[in-house]
Amino acid sequence: MAHFDENAKPFSHQWLNDRLAIDTLKRVLSTEYWIPKNINFLWAMGMVLAATFGILLISGIFLLMYYQPNTKLAFDSVNYTIMTEVGYGWLWRHIHGVGASVVFLIIYIHMFTGIYYGSYKRGRELIWLSGMLLFVLFSAEAFSGYMLPWGQMSYWAGMVITNLFSGGSLHADGLVEWIRGDYVPGQAFLGRFFMLHVLLMPLVIIGAIVFHFGTLRLPHVNNQDGEEIDFEESARLYKEGKKAESKVIPFNPVFLSKDVFVMGIYFIFFFYLVFYHFEFAMDPVNFDPANGLKTPTHIYPEWYFLWSYEILRPFPTDPGLIAFGFAQVIFFLLPFLDRSPNVAPASRRGAFKVWFWLLLIDMIVLTFMGKLPPQGIWSTIGLVAALLFFALWIALPIITKLEKKL
Amino acid sequence: MNKELKILGIVVIFTLILYWGVEPFAHSQMHKHVEGHGLIYDGKADIEEASKDKKEVKKKFWADVKKIASLKGDVASGETIFNSTCASCHMKGASNMGGVTPPSLDHAGAIYDKNFLIALIKNPAMATNVDHKYKDTATHPMGAVMSMVSSDQDIANVVAYIKAKKAGEVTPKEAFIEACSRCHANRYGKLTQLGEIPKTKSNIKTGQDIDKMKYDQKVAEEQNALADYLGKLPPDLSIIYRARSEHFLETFIENPQSQLPGTAMPRTGLDKEGLEKVMAYLEETGDPSKPARDALGPWVLAFFVIFTILAYLWKQSQWRDLH
Repeated sequence: MAHFDENAKPFSHQWLNDRLAIDTLKRVLSTEYWIPKNINFLWAMGMVLAATFGILLISGIFLLMYYQPNTKLAFDSVNYTIMTEVGYGWLWRHIHGVGASVVFLIIYIHMFTGIYYGSYKRGRELIWLSGMLLFVLFSAEAFSGYMLPWGQMSYWAGMVITNLFSGGSLHADGLVEWIRGDYVPGQAFLGRFFMLHVLLMPLVIIGAIVFHFGTLRLPHVNNQDGEEIDFEESARLYKEGKKAESKVIPFNPVFLSKDVFVMGIYFIFFFYLVFYHFEFAMDPVNFDPANGLKTPTHIYPEWYFLWSYEILRPFPTDPGLIAFGFAQVIFFLLPFLDRSPNVAPASRRGAFKVWFWLLLIDMIVLTFMGKLPPQGIWSTIGLVAALLFFALWIALPIITKLEKKL
Repeated sequence: MNKELKILGIVVIFTLILYWGVEPFAHSQMHKHVEGHGLIYDGKADIEEASKDKKEVKKKFWADVKKIASLKGDVASGETIFNSTCASCHMKGASNMGGVTPPSLDHAGAIYDKNFLIALIKNPAMATNVDHKYKDTATHPMGAVMSMVSSDQDIANVVAYIKAKKAGEVTPKEAFIEACSRCHANRYGKLTQLGEIPKTKSNIKTGQDIDKMKYDQKVAEEQNALADYLGKLPPDLSIIYRARSEHFLETFIENPQSQLPGTAMPRTGLDKEGLEKVMAYLEETGDPSKPARDALGPWVLAFFVIFTILAYLWKQSQWRDLH
């Protein structure tokens, strides 16, 4: 039994400390949570993501008050009730729509930062894995949310994506029906995706975010040079006031002050999009109400899924599905496929530098081709880019194994 | 600092390339580009698109229209013809004729092009570019006009009258009702094919609104007639402004066949003012938050600019003695 100070006034510092160890918590999570000093603004992307998730959550709560998860009412509840009758409904909706798109831009920047600086190795494997788990969860959250306005693209994207579960020539049509709760997307489908979007997925995401933060605490975040820092020694120097000699800074307030500054710039960009350039996040096709009798000329996912869609598309059904499955899991394996002992920025890692930029450019090419109609030169480029994607991942263990120790 | 800006530059460049590829470039490749004709109705596009056997007929038709357009119309005799022929169908409370209810012509002179009106009286199916639907263009619901107003001078007179006396100030909503809403509902604008939805009251004891049910039935019957005539029910246009690009809508309205060959939609013959008004109404129902966005946007951005400046000062104070 711990010692409780009987004379402490309720809710006084001492009283709380006895019960919650607030001093310790503050030290461990904030004032003595050491972050390397040698970082750039890309290290703020985690907090930018957390803030964007917060914005999505808050705007989502407001939208939830008026949204109707009913196939007959959903479209107008979004496009009329929320946009016209609810005070500032349009603002919440545009914030939510733009946020859903921009959050993936930041996720990709965050991911490629990790890849570039090798921040998934030597003790940081779980950071990477939990981050990838978050990527998958955000994808599910984005997809389920895309169903809710019940426009043409909601309906047909729902049709196409759930069809993938038939497994090509396995013809697991029963599984597809089970997922849809019907032969085609309908009320059962909309109801369950609504539940996933507003309850189950957000709950799991919040849990995964806490886990992701947890995985960071012991290995600490990486730095611009991949240098292994003696955190205890550096922390001692910092606390002694030798801040210039110390290689670390406390999370709060020093690192946070930079985070908040970066967030400010990000919010200017974000709200510029919300007010003046939101169309990119809201596909025109989805402003036609869902119609099971009329297939849109072009069906394509939102931009952040295009690269994996294009890995599916250029192949015949079965190999395409296998390729698609491969693309979904391969990023998880990165810490184990990179056999190099070096934790360093890609620019100092020889062949890996080429690998990194090729991967980035290849995924951008795949993204472009994923939206274009699969005809003529576009399908050829898409096929080459998809094959290059596989070639890159097959080459990764070999080129990293040959990498010289720095 | 320089390094940070360099990294930011790389991130921005890749983001912009990504945006360009998935938005402007992809959309330019996905949709065929149709040139507008500046709302000039001289049959040029119709003749180009027409099948070989129809080319000559169309050439002659539009040449005749040009000839009539050069005649000087007499407003007074045009009024007599208008009242004795046109007004018997184009009137308040008109009933459905052959699938469509004749629209009001109260502002026809303001919103429709002169050449188009001439062509329309001369041959409604040819003028609206839906002659492919009829073996005999006289069977068009408005086909009877061809025998009722047949001389070139009469046509010129009626059009002169419409242009002079049916051309008052028109609101965007009136323009939409007259030009579009015989076929297209706009539920966000509370319009059906029968016009504005009337206010009705439900019986307080039963909760039933019998007048509304009666109205709904009339709308359903009108929609059935339209769907039978056109092949399908024309879409509700509440939010078409967000679903199609402005360029698509403008070229489509000018000549529906150019964007959707074979469509049953007739050309409506809107002039510059008419098109502007109709587009304004589509924007009003399809994107009603624009004024609010424009009003609030600068304040929110200004807030975050100040926020960022303060955050920068805080960051500078925290990082001052670190290096």
